[in-house]
Formats: sequence, C-alpha cells, structure tokens
Amino acid sequence: MPRKKRVDRRKPRAKAAPPTAQLAKINVKVNGVQYSAEVEPRMLLVHFIRDVLGLTGTHVGCDTGNCGACTVIMDGKSVKSCNIFAVQADGAEILTVEGLARDGELHPVQQAFWEHHGLQCGFCTPGMLMQAYWLLTQNPSPTEEDVRRGLSGNLCRCTGYQKIVEAVLAAAEQMRGQQQEVR
Amino acid sequence: MAVSAIFGARVKRREDPRMITGQGRYTDDIKLSGMVYAMFLRSPYAHAKIVSINVEKARKVPGVIAVYTGKDLENKLGPVPCAWAIPNADLKVPKYMPLAVDRVRYVGDPVAVVVAESPYVARDALEQIEVEYERLPAVVNQEEAVKPEAPQLYDDVPNNIAFHWSISGGDVEKAFAEAEVVIKQRIINNRLQPTAIETRGAVAQYNQATGELTVWMTSQNPHIHRLLLAGIVGVPEHKLRVVAPDVGGGFGSKIHCYGGEAVVAFLAKELGRPVKWMEDRRENYLATIHGRDHIQYVELAAKRDGTILGLRVKAYANLGAYLSTASPGIPTILLGTMLSGCYKIPAISCEVYGVLTNTAPVDAYRGAGRPEASFIVERMVDILAHELGMDPAEVRRKNFIPPDAFPYTVATGLQYDSGNYEAALNKALELVGYQQLREEQKRLREQGRLIGIGISSYVEICGLGPSRVVRATGFGLGLWESAVVRVHPTGKVTVYTGGHPHGQGEETTFAQIVAEELGVPFEDVEVVHGDTAMIPFGTGTYGSRTTPVAGGAIAIACRRIKEKAKKIAAYLLEASEEDIEFERGKFYVKDAPERAKTIAEIALSSYLAGEGELPAGMEPGLESTAFYDPENFTFPFGTHVCVVEVDPETGEVHVKRYVAVDDCGRQINPMIVEGQVQGGVVQGMAQALWEEAVYDKDGNLLTATLSDYAVPTSADVPRIETSSTETPSPHNPLGVKGVGETGTIAATQAVVNAVVDALAHLGVRHIDPPLKAETVWRILKEKGIAK
Ligand code: FES
Ligand code: FES
Repeated sequence: MPRKKRVDRRKPRAKAAPPTAQLAKINVKVNGVQYSAEVEPRMLLVHFIRDVLGLTGTHVGCDTGNCGACTVIMDGKSVKSCNIFAVQADGAEILTVEGLARDGELHPVQQAFWEHHGLQCGFCTPGMLMQAYWLLTQNPSPTEEDVRRGLSGNLCRCTGYQKIVEAVLAAAEQMRGQQQEVR
Repeated sequence: MAVSAIFGARVKRREDPRMITGQGRYTDDIKLSGMVYAMFLRSPYAHAKIVSINVEKARKVPGVIAVYTGKDLENKLGPVPCAWAIPNADLKVPKYMPLAVDRVRYVGDPVAVVVAESPYVARDALEQIEVEYERLPAVVNQEEAVKPEAPQLYDDVPNNIAFHWSISGGDVEKAFAEAEVVIKQRIINNRLQPTAIETRGAVAQYNQATGELTVWMTSQNPHIHRLLLAGIVGVPEHKLRVVAPDVGGGFGSKIHCYGGEAVVAFLAKELGRPVKWMEDRRENYLATIHGRDHIQYVELAAKRDGTILGLRVKAYANLGAYLSTASPGIPTILLGTMLSGCYKIPAISCEVYGVLTNTAPVDAYRGAGRPEASFIVERMVDILAHELGMDPAEVRRKNFIPPDAFPYTVATGLQYDSGNYEAALNKALELVGYQQLREEQKRLREQGRLIGIGISSYVEICGLGPSRVVRATGFGLGLWESAVVRVHPTGKVTVYTGGHPHGQGEETTFAQIVAEELGVPFEDVEVVHGDTAMIPFGTGTYGSRTTPVAGGAIAIACRRIKEKAKKIAAYLLEASEEDIEFERGKFYVKDAPERAKTIAEIALSSYLAGEGELPAGMEPGLESTAFYDPENFTFPFGTHVCVVEVDPETGEVHVKRYVAVDDCGRQINPMIVEGQVQGGVVQGMAQALWEEAVYDKDGNLLTATLSDYAVPTSADVPRIETSSTETPSPHNPLGVKGVGETGTIAATQAVVNAVVDALAHLGVRHIDPPLKAETVWRILKEKGIAK
C-alpha cells in the first residue's frame, strides 16, 4: 500500500538562554549551615543541593515529581526538591539526609531502617528517610495504614515497602520512648 | 560443615551506614574537575529515514563544546554487539549503532549528542538541532510485525523475524493423541518497564598521557561492560577501567550494553575532558530495555484424573528494534527449558519467533524468561483443574516430581538438582488456612462477594551457570565467577568478588561466608566489588547467581587458604598435618587442643616467611584466587498463595493475603532473603495488577513517565507473609541456590490465578494481565454483575 511521504522538520522551540543570564542571589540554610550563592533562576533546588552544595545524598529518580527520591524538609515541610526552583528556597531552612544524624548519632529513623533492613539499593532511601522523619513529626503514633499512606509519594523498587513500613513503626515507638524519658 | 552463629544469622547490613547517611556514591554523585555534560537527541518517531541533520545552531549556543550526529560517529565507534547467539535458530543480528545513522527504528533512538558546560545548556542546545525525517510506517506488535504486509525494519530481516527457535523432548504427538483433555489458551505476558529508581548513566575520564580510559557507570557487570565497550570504543581492554560504584537498582536493565555509555567513553577520549551523562526518567523509559512482551499459544494434554501428559507452546517474542545484549536467549533458552515447572511432564515442545518491532529493545528483566515460563505452567494447571472440577492444589500434588526422584531430568533436558515441592505447597496452604478459606469463599460467594485463592508452585533455574552448558546455548561468555580472598598479615581479610551486588546485600553475606569458613570475626572481613582494576574478572550480578556462584567461589578460595594454613600450622606446632584440626579460626593438635595457632598467627607467619615461620619451599603469603564454574544450575522452588477480593461494582482487585514459602537452599542471612522475596513479590504482583508498557499504533510510548507507568506505592500493596523450607543444593559448595528473582517468577500467576478463581463460577477461565480495574470491570459487566 503506497503511503504519502511524511516529511517533518523539527523546529527549534525556544531561543536558548545564555548560561550566565540574570543570576539571582539566594541565601539558604542547609543542615544548619548558611549558604549564599548566585544561581540561574531556572535551576532546580535539587540541583542546587547536589551540584552547588555537593550534598549528593538527595537523589533524582524522575522528572515528574512522582518518585520522591529528592524529598527534603524545607521550613518544616516535606517537599520534593525537584519541583522547586532554588530561587524559591531563598531565605529558607532546609534539612537533607546528611543533616539527620546529630553528633555522630544516627537519628532513630536511620537506625530503624538499618535494623529492619529498610533499604536494598539505597537509592530511594534518603528521600524515604526524610519523608518518614516528617511523617513522624506530624504523627508520632501512626498505624501501619498511616505509614503506608504517608510514604505513598515515595517509590521504592527494591523492598516491596514492607521492611520500610516496619522500620518507620519501630522508629515511632523508639521516639515515643525517648520523649517519655525526657519527661 | 561447622555450625556457626554467623552463617544463617540476621546480621545487619554493612552497606547501610553509608546509604542511610547520604554517603552512598552513585554514578551521578561523581563530579570531576573540568567535567562536561552530554545529552542525547532522540527520535520522536518510531520509524523514519533521517534525511538531514543540521547542528549549526546548536553548536553556537554559548557553553556548547561539541555536537555529533550518527554520521559523525559512524566510523569512530563500532556497533553495539548482541552477546547471546542462540544456535539452530537462523538468528539474524541487524547492525545496532550507538547513534542511529540514516534510519531511526523506535521512539527514543538516539540521533545526535550534545556536550556542554552544564546539563541545562546541553538541553538548550538539543532544542536547536534541526532534523529532517521522512516518516515510515511503524509496527509495534509482534503478531502484526510477522504479517507479510507489515512494515519492514531491516532489508535483511524478512518479515521482521530475527530468529525461530525450538526445543522439544518426549513424544508430544503421542501425548496429545492419548489425551483425554486438551486445553488451549492464548496468553499475553505483558510488556514491562524495569524502573530502577536510579536511571542509567556514565562518567568517563581519559588520561592522554597514559592512554587510560576510566568509565564509572550504572552497571550490574563491570567486566562484561569493559569487554564490550573496549570493542565498541576501540580502547585496549587493559587500558579501560570500568567502575560500577553504588548502583541504584538494576533488575536486569543494567546488564546490557547500550550505545549511550560507549558514546560517553568516546567523548571523554575525543574531547580530553571528563564527560557525564545521566538519563532522565523519560529517556530511561524510552531507551533502556523493556521486559517480557511475549504472546503464547499454549496447549496442554492431560488425563481426566489430572495427570499431565504434554505441553506445547508456540510463542512470539517482541524484541524491540534492535537485538540487545542477551535478548535472543531470554524468551527462548530461559523460557523453553523451564516449561516442565515442578511437574513430571513427559513431553514438551516449544517454538518461539523472535520478532523485531518499532519499540525499545526488550531484554532481561528480573526473572528473564522464567516468569514467562512459570506463568504458562501455573496458569495451565489452574485451567486444567477448573476444567476437571478438581482442586488446583490436588492437580499440583498429582503431578509434582516427588522428592526422592532428584536429581531429576525434565523433558527439556535440564537436570533439577534437588527439591521437595509438596512440602512447600503444604506449608503454604497451612499458613494461609486453605481449607477454611475455600469454605469461606463458598459462603461469601452466596452473598455475592467475589473471593479468589490463587496458588503458584514454581521452580526456577538459578546460579547461572555451568559454562559448558551456557556456551552450548550460544551465550557469549562462560558464567563462572572469580574470588580473591586475601588474609592480611594481621589476620584481617579482604575479599575481591567478581559479582557486583547492587541492593542484594552481598557485602554483608559474603563477609558472613568468610567469617564462617575461616572462623574470623565478621567485622574483620571487607568485601570489594565493582572495579575492573581491582578484581581479576567477574561476570556480574544477575540471574540469581551471585550468592551461589560468586559465593561458591569465595568458599572455595577460603578452603584453599585453610589447606595451606593447616600445613603452616602443622609446621609451627611441630605436629603432623593429619593431627591438626580446625575449629572457629583455630588450628590445634588433636590430642592437645592447647597447642593451637589462630588464622591471624598463621597469616603473620606466612608473610614473615623466615626459618621456623614458614615451611621451606612454601610460597609466602596467605591468599587464594578461585574461579568457580558450577557443575550444574541450582533450582530454587516454592509455593505462593494469594487471596483476593474483587469489587463486583468497580472491578478493583484487593489483595487480602499473600503467603510466600520459598526454598532457596541454605540461607546465609534470612533477613536479606525476606527482603529479596518481598521486593520481588511486589514486582510480580505489579505485573499482575498494574504495570504495562503501552505503545500506540504509531509507536509512541504512552507510559513514558512515572505518572503513566503504574509502579505500586506503599499504599497499594499488602504485607507479604514469608516462610521457607530448606532443601540444600547438593552440588553447590555452600548448599545455597539463589533468591533474587523468586518473587517475580512466582507472584504474577499467584495473583492472576486468584482473580480468575474469584470469577471462575461466572465462567471466566483466563484474563491477561495487568488486571486493571477497568479490565475486570468489563468482564463483570459482560457477565451481568457490574452495572
Ligand atoms: S526526583 Fe522524582 S520526585 Fe523529585
Ligand atoms: S532500596 Fe532500592 S529503590 Fe528503595
């Protein structure tokens, strides 16, 4: 069956912005350290954290905000840092996985992931940890259902989630215990 | 073998401290000074001629360093090889260039590459490349592609058939002639996107003075990648170093050799600057391999009492647009030989057409051929049970290879090493409360509730594999594994393994093996992997082979060290070698246990090597290199049971229970085994219920983002109840069998069987996965259940 020739020319869509165009100055506190930097307005926060600050614990697993590998805490809220421009973080305080342990002590969430085999390849893990950390600040006594819902914006391809969920429940218990000790 | 506390213990993983603190080092974390960034321009069309490419505007974008088209690289890079030349199949391997030269054959086929000072600039520049295409008709479905009027991908591959492979054993004609029941079913094994959360990528650096090229890449098998890249890029193998750092999941997709990594290596050499490229997710979905995509016509011959007499399969495998590294062997060797499942099936035949289409290349994805085989067998057994009005557990029991029949040679020629299939089935049924569930199912059915119970008894072929057998199937390399075990003068131990674990936890389990074998503390053992500069050679991590084969190599190396250490101990203790015993890291004189030397003392002595320290004429040092070529494959097995409830209004499937009883032989670390099973089961369940790579008829991938491709979340999946039986492999040095792919090999049909069982009383016999709510709802509507 003869078909009509379909000739197509890919038209350039946009004029390229020169890489040095209009740098914006931002001040961001990350893991307790104040940084100031000049960035392109289009730079994503995750790239700022990884490439400018060199904190490579925060990962990138998608381009649609689905995987959660890039999850960090910004001004007390869990955010996907691939969905935010670095300039939007101007003045913000950010916590990444590198800031979770204090004085060489693992955070209970980290400890629980280790003890309960909550990771395999480890790629989703930083985002998972940050989301779990945030979840427990919101709900210190979650049910399994709460944890499963609370982590549903973070994908893990290795674990089937079960040991992650067990780890988060164990961390919650541990943290509740610690709080009682303080009181 | 001495029973010790470490082998079999739930030891916490030593991989974890770096990963939970953000100190893991993945390919994308590597940043070298002067590094530049590559990005590929990919075809938006599934099939087209490249009329012209104009890169002038792209070159002018500030910050752009270079732009190359397929034509520019045509004579600088060799083709991407296919490494599994299956025999007697009239295999045709079309030319597969790293960048397409004058024709593109799938959406995502790379046509040009840009190198720039930043990834943002590289992306800007991509948009400035003008490509003139002349579109050609495309074909995406393998059954369409073999029709005479179908578009042809290659001039020298008539009807798009890359091979026609077959296997048979026993008298199939006779089996069907004597059959009292014959069941026929067409089965689609749905196409999947592997979806490691880390995409693929590479960083390459060239040292002009020494001629050394180093490539860090997301690899499951760095030595194989070195071998193949050396050929494509034209760098001598000894000048090429491939490092696979931490790898964020592979599931098969990072075994294969792709053009992208070769181009990056070439660019680093050509430009004299380090080059990085990381796929974005869309690119990963378009251009990294897909899995499965098999259409099968299956016939089963049986007697009325449930005895299976024969199985006949004719299948069409979609291979995508090019033959990827292992793709010919996956839907053939790894499927056809496993069609006996757990059963005595006297006659089996299978023929497979490997078909090229305008889709991404298809290759090994977790399970690789074996899930497609076990799906066939376990679906057919269920259909048979349904047809005969028998309990599906009974039909399985009736046909199981009995435990005393091992080693057992199945009709397809494989010799299963060991098994006790009924024990695993019984355990699974007991755990799930099978009889009770059946009664409840009946009771609830009367109330209009749709409960289903699905059984999957599986056996898998792992521990790939004996090199002579593997080579006879046309695989491009033997599948032995190497290990260097080095006892340092202080008694600390470093292990260099040819396996490259990337989530499976062998940095931990291999240290457990050494701790058990040499009796040294677990903490004193370091495991090194993933760097061709440090490891003699390795064939990599896939096919559930690392623990049985690489672990076996480590055990053998340790035993050789013990032999030598024993000689030194006898010398030091002035006893005869026959009188020396070994226990928990100590050699002692049989009748005088206080006269003893530890491994550490012997190691030091072996390095000091003076008079009274090392027997005269003995080589100093205490280390051993082993290349272990297994004498057979290993055959893990088990039974999984899934319980579902189907919503009669919406068609949604709710998994109520999932019980997995697996037998992977001896377990080194049960915690890690559970993790492997749970993760695999969820992937298998995802194939059954949600995941499917979808192309439209023009070859556009409709599932090219994580918004569209339905990877399950924590909220979608149930708890997996795991348990095990233990039937050691008789020929493996450690009695282990491998467990990495169990879940995907067992789970898909357990879930599908459950859903079909829930609807069986409505006359439903088979549904092709994924069993999305819409699919099930349509059936319910047709049956007058849903509105
Ligand atoms: S990288 Fe996937 S959500 Fe941010
Ligand atoms: S541990 Fe690999 S993706 Fe979660």
